[in-house]
Amino acid sequence: MSRALMTGNVAAAWGARLANVDYIPAFPITPQTEIIETLASWVDEGLVDAKLTMLESEHSMVTAAGAAAATGARVFTATSSQGLLYALEMLYAVAGWRVPFVMVNVSRGVASPITLEPDHEDILAARDSGFLQLHAATCQEVVDFVLLGYALGEDPRVRLPVLVNEDGFQLSFTREPVALPAASDIAELLGTFDPMGSALRGGNPTSQGIAVLDPSAYSYFRYEIHLASRAALAAWDEVAVSFAEITGRRYEPVEVYRADDAEVAIVAIGSFSTKLKEAVDRLRDAGQRVGLVRPLLLRPFPDAQLREALAGKKGVLVFDQNLSMGKGGVLHTEVCSALYGARGAPPIVASFIGGLGGRDLPSEEIYAMVDETLAAVQRGEAPPPRLLFTHRELTQQRRLQVIAGVERAKGGAP
Amino acid sequence: MSGAVYRVRLHGRGGQGIKTAGRVLGTALFLEGFEVQDAPRYGAERRGAPIFAFVRAARGPILERGAIQRPDLVLVADDTVVVVPAAGVLAGVTSRTVMVLCSEQPEDVWRARLAPKGPLHVLPLPLEDRGATSLRHVGMACAGAAARLLGVVSLASLRKAIETELAGVGRAAIDSSLAAAERSFVALSEHAGAAAPGEPIAASGYERPVFVELLCEPVLEATAMVHGARTSELVKTGLWRTVRPEVHAELCHKCHWICASSCPDGAISASESGVARVDYDHCKGCGVCVVACPHHAIAAVPERSTEVPK
Repeated sequence: MSRALMTGNVAAAWGARLANVDYIPAFPITPQTEIIETLASWVDEGLVDAKLTMLESEHSMVTAAGAAAATGARVFTATSSQGLLYALEMLYAVAGWRVPFVMVNVSRGVASPITLEPDHEDILAARDSGFLQLHAATCQEVVDFVLLGYALGEDPRVRLPVLVNEDGFQLSFTREPVALPAASDIAELLGTFDPMGSALRGGNPTSQGIAVLDPSAYSYFRYEIHLASRAALAAWDEVAVSFAEITGRRYEPVEVYRADDAEVAIVAIGSFSTKLKEAVDRLRDAGQRVGLVRPLLLRPFPDAQLREALAGKKGVLVFDQNLSMGKGGVLHTEVCSALYGARGAPPIVASFIGGLGGRDLPSEEIYAMVDETLAAVQRGEAPPPRLLFTHRELTQQRRLQVIAGVERAKGGAP
Repeated sequence: MSGAVYRVRLHGRGGQGIKTAGRVLGTALFLEGFEVQDAPRYGAERRGAPIFAFVRAARGPILERGAIQRPDLVLVADDTVVVVPAAGVLAGVTSRTVMVLCSEQPEDVWRARLAPKGPLHVLPLPLEDRGATSLRHVGMACAGAAARLLGVVSLASLRKAIETELAGVGRAAIDSSLAAAERSFVALSEHAGAAAPGEPIAASGYERPVFVELLCEPVLEATAMVHGARTSELVKTGLWRTVRPEVHAELCHKCHWICASSCPDGAISASESGVARVDYDHCKGCGVCVVACPHHAIAAVPERSTEVPK
């Protein structure tokens, strides 16, 4: 299989192209715009036989995506950050329509203050919407997860839309070698989109998103979405095997890297996990038994696989590139809820928050996090959550605050 | 495991081909059978603002990610970014980092200014770029220099990479880019292989970061807001300029409302005599006024033209 250098954004566009999508509703936002630009040029050149429509907002874009999927079209779309948040109402709505399609989110921190740089606060805001959620760590995984996303979302047991997350800048604008599967193999894997008897037609109208004022019926329909999401875990195993037969790349819901004999396991999602693997290699060089455990799926959450991968560890270090205001790292909460009370559950689950708004994660900080986790294991008590923020950064912040204070004192603002 | 990783950083300004240079170098290394990771880094895209690109290459999979902490090779296409702190030209540079500057100033001047502990080379600006409205080929010159200094990229692969990355821009531009890259490739031939892959940062004996606990602070201090008015005046965006508009008073018809209202930065006003006056602290050199002036009284002059020998 030949490989080519491409950005995560171009890889995402290739996912849509190989899936032979019919319809691409779009709206521009950095850093996802290159995906739509790439697809638009392919549509223009006749390389992709799809209708690409620019909507007036992400809210309309997701509505159009869901409506088109309800007619039996295979749909692809993409967004980032504020765009995803603006569309959030419709994410919940179309998940309830039980219409599969794939949306790539190029993760970027959310306002305020405004940033263009990556973290996971946007994508995790969509955590509870009913969309399945896959987190790519490499440009290769971006194209693979878009394709797996169609197979998974269209599975008769699942029938839900899918979000594939690629980190802004770290993947979106970074080129890496990517092997593209043969279009004929993907055509065989995905087949044509089967609307399963619910194809919406102008001449045969149905109503989606209806009011269900009976709480019992409402509970039933909502819980069915949850069960369909959980069913994606079983569907994943089959879909991943078929995908591996084509590509040779087998994806487990949870990746385990040098963690089998580890004392401390690092848990993280997204592109920084390759960086964490590099740090694991260096820590192993230094004689420390450390490994990485990475959920590829965030929804459905692979609780059982995570419990198995972390059983017997002395300590777990959860790296969150997000912040749930008033609580802390979202992944830390999820990992704790999966582990609590389980046989062999590690006694220490330490929480570290970093990488907000594109902040880097230097190797030294990874080593220091492992050190702090080991110290907590020795003490037998989990440390308080730690924001990765250094004395040097605080000094810089203080400089800015002094300037702001002088300006404030000059008048104008209170 | 990655094995030995080459880590290269290229600095310059938006519009000078830094992103393309990174891609050319990345593709050339990929053609030589390396695993490659290349990326440009910039905030809100804008011509003239400092940007950088980085390239990693290794014989095995590359697990490192994000900006390069310890570069083996740093190339600077535009010597004016060296003094811009936010550009981070010297970040992580050690005694084993090879530095290359495209500059009209000779090597001894840069040795005196930067006191580098490691090797430093100066590439004279390509002849056809002297006096041109922008440094069109400095990016390519850097790509050629990087290929030679790494010592693992053949001229054939470099050429093929340029053809690949510039496909669609036209034969003339490709040929001049090939020439610029080859010139620096040849110029640095005696230093082939001087930039060697550095060691990864070890997990023992590392410099431990000093973390701090943040406190809940008063809301006015803890909220991102700008208190002062007109703070944009304090930012000298004129530093981004590669081309400057020059008003020829003898041609100016004093209809300054035309050029002034077309200026996207509000950097044109009228002098007491009514002749248009450019605020060079804030003019970014976009050239809109040059086109807008009905009397062709504003000329586009390269920033460096005063330094260019006849």
